[in-house]
Amino acid sequence: MKKTYIRPLDLRHGSVDLSHGGGGRAMVQLIGEVFGRAFDNEWLRRGDDGAVLPAPAPGERLVMATDAHVVSPLFFPGGDIGCLCVHGTINDVAVMGARPLYLAASFILEEGFPLAELARIVASMAAAAKAAGVPVVTGDTKVVERGKGDGIFITTTGLGALPAGRELSGANARPGDTVIVSGTLGDHGMAIMARRENLAFESEIRSDTAALHGLVAAALAAVPQTRVLRDPTRGGLAATLNEIAQQSGVGIVLDEAAIPVDPQVAAACEFLGLDPLNIANEGKLVAICPADAADALVAALRAHPLGARAARIGEVIADEHRFVQMKTAFGGRRMVDWLAGEQLPRIC
Amino acid sequence: MCLAIPTRVIALLPDGQAVVELGGVRKTISVELVDDLTVGDYVIVHVGYALTRLDPEEAEQTLALMREAGIDTAGVAG
Amino acid sequence: MKYVDDFRDGEIARGLAAAIAREVEPGRRYAFMEFCGGHTHAISRYGVTDLLPPAVRMIHGPGCPVCVLPIGRIDQAIQLALDEGVTVCSYGDTLRVPASEGLSMLRARARGADIRMIYSAADALALAQREPERQVVFFAIGFETTTPPTALVIRQAAKLGLKNFSVLCCHVLTPPAITAILDSPEVRDLGIVPLDGFIGPAHVSTVIGTRPYAGFAAEYRKPVVIAGFEPLDVMQAIRMLVRQVNEGRAEVENEFTRAVTEEGNLKAQALMAEVLELRSEFEWRGLGVLPNSALKIRERFADFDAEARFGLRYRPVPDHKSCDCGAILRGVKVPLDCKLFGTVCTPETPMGSCMVSSEGACAAHYTYGRFRDIPVTAA
Repeated sequence: MKKTYIRPLDLRHGSVDLSHGGGGRAMVQLIGEVFGRAFDNEWLRRGDDGAVLPAPAPGERLVMATDAHVVSPLFFPGGDIGCLCVHGTINDVAVMGARPLYLAASFILEEGFPLAELARIVASMAAAAKAAGVPVVTGDTKVVERGKGDGIFITTTGLGALPAGRELSGANARPGDTVIVSGTLGDHGMAIMARRENLAFESEIRSDTAALHGLVAAALAAVPQTRVLRDPTRGGLAATLNEIAQQSGVGIVLDEAAIPVDPQVAAACEFLGLDPLNIANEGKLVAICPADAADALVAALRAHPLGARAARIGEVIADEHRFVQMKTAFGGRRMVDWLAGEQLPRIC
Repeated sequence: MCLAIPTRVIALLPDGQAVVELGGVRKTISVELVDDLTVGDYVIVHVGYALTRLDPEEAEQTLALMREAGIDTAGVAG
Repeated sequence: MKYVDDFRDGEIARGLAAAIAREVEPGRRYAFMEFCGGHTHAISRYGVTDLLPPAVRMIHGPGCPVCVLPIGRIDQAIQLALDEGVTVCSYGDTLRVPASEGLSMLRARARGADIRMIYSAADALALAQREPERQVVFFAIGFETTTPPTALVIRQAAKLGLKNFSVLCCHVLTPPAITAILDSPEVRDLGIVPLDGFIGPAHVSTVIGTRPYAGFAAEYRKPVVIAGFEPLDVMQAIRMLVRQVNEGRAEVENEFTRAVTEEGNLKAQALMAEVLELRSEFEWRGLGVLPNSALKIRERFADFDAEARFGLRYRPVPDHKSCDCGAILRGVKVPLDCKLFGTVCTPETPMGSCMVSSEGACAAHYTYGRFRDIPVTAA
């Protein structure tokens, strides 16, 4: 019998078509040549429908988190949707206090999406997963007709192990606690906006997208009594702190002068009429801990490359109305509220 | 209303365009509403258009007036 | 940021606050209206109120173009996009403003309307050039600040002979709105609203200059201080207004000398006059129909007037019955007086104009100042 020849995918000029999601040989080929090759590990090599994973150590519990990623543009200064979808899910697991172990990834591809871009995104995902030491052990791919998707959507799910006795939750903040951030705010959202049509401006702003489990481990090793960890993604610091205030039934008072913001992000905010506290981050932590541990926590964060600009930015107060307030650098007070609706540049 | 910011002109381009800068962020805007600009001038920008020049001397004078208010206070308090 | 951070300096603010407190006469009360949303925003965002003595009360005026844009105008834009299949471009601020039938431009987009957010008037023109098969309408809103760029793109479109570009012109004028407030019975006859002076527009005045305000000082005997939109500018203007009141003066003073001159931007004024002319009347949300208070496109440029091109008729739509925006805009009421405030009317679901943009009196209070309404106990 003649040996079957399958022409390799044209990763330079080719594009996704419906057959790549159709369950036939083309799909197998795409999975093998693009995903399998990049993510290569013992689980994927088996080619089964799911990954068989070892049970966690006795006493440990599992933490699971999932995140759907739609971002425009797909490639932006400092990253792309590939590394972003790995970091985002690792961070959701990490801020629960868990050690991220495995990822699952599902892809919705739009017919016509260039294979070169897909390969680039997958390579970026694989590199991010490898650097983080968290393998992608299972996945799925679907293709939708042209016009029914925005190029590529990626959903990642993460599994992590939570050591016995560790309880981190947004409901744990207590009056008197200190609020800390691990670095400058608004970098990711502004890096994206800089590339949007019509808004385009030039700057050196880069997304802060990063896997935070190392930073989390360092923080929790130094201050195990840390009460809350969160990554302030969509809606920025303002949304995250309002969530925590709601969950914990407390108020928060911030000190504006202490909040780190990159000068270029601040300037871009002036151009667009936006507030850095509402803008997304993908590589920052918000931590709340008892006041007497705050110095140790800030020191532990600063000792890590991803927390070099960590700062204490406020305190938790008793407030039945659960307001987040801020002492302005100008000398007054105001509320820091959730963003109303979609964030749109203002002219007035 | 009318969000507008002071920026510095760092390059003049053809067709009434210019590159302006604020805090390290650069943007191409229209300068068709303001005549005779030179690089280094400050302009106030609204919806991508320079509306007017900003006069650095006047800005310094205004700030000086504001600072004087504080000095008066110090005098009274002392 | 040069000329930005300088005017947000907390230390200078403390000095100015002390100076204002010192200059306020014992037993006297001062009520000033900041006309512009830009000032309202600065006061709320930087917490300027905390630096003012209790004798000084700030009334938030109607100067936010999104807030005063009536529902009927947004309906026109939505109608163009949904019924005529036109591509409608507008600034981000307008996209969320509620219109009739529970729609907004964003919601109309979800129903299939081609609605694009632009940052600059030039973007709308560029879109029309780039996509000649589309009819592109620029939904143009704003005060005198935002008007010159609109006039410029209309003239450019005429020069280029574009057949697929037009403007739905909803530009409004500042002085008639100030007149409307001063002429309102509460201020003029009944004395319900004590109004001791105005903080005048910052960026509007870069275009129109300081002269148009002279009548308010002379005729209505109200001091006007034109001020920049940074918080120190606001405080300095308040100090200047307090001095005018103390000395019994009613003059137009200019705090924003770094950008505003007596005559304004003559080139921009000439351009507006070339392309646009007064509308005999225009409906303002919250203030009603005001004579000679808005601009329309001149006959010469009728080809670029979306109202003419698409035969649009204006149909006024009343605000919610219980909405107190009109009274709030005139300083008769404060947001908390309104039954709807914070209940059915929030920034997510605005009912009235003052909640629509972050610069409206209600939205600013909701977003930045709600904590003032209740006592907060420290830890």
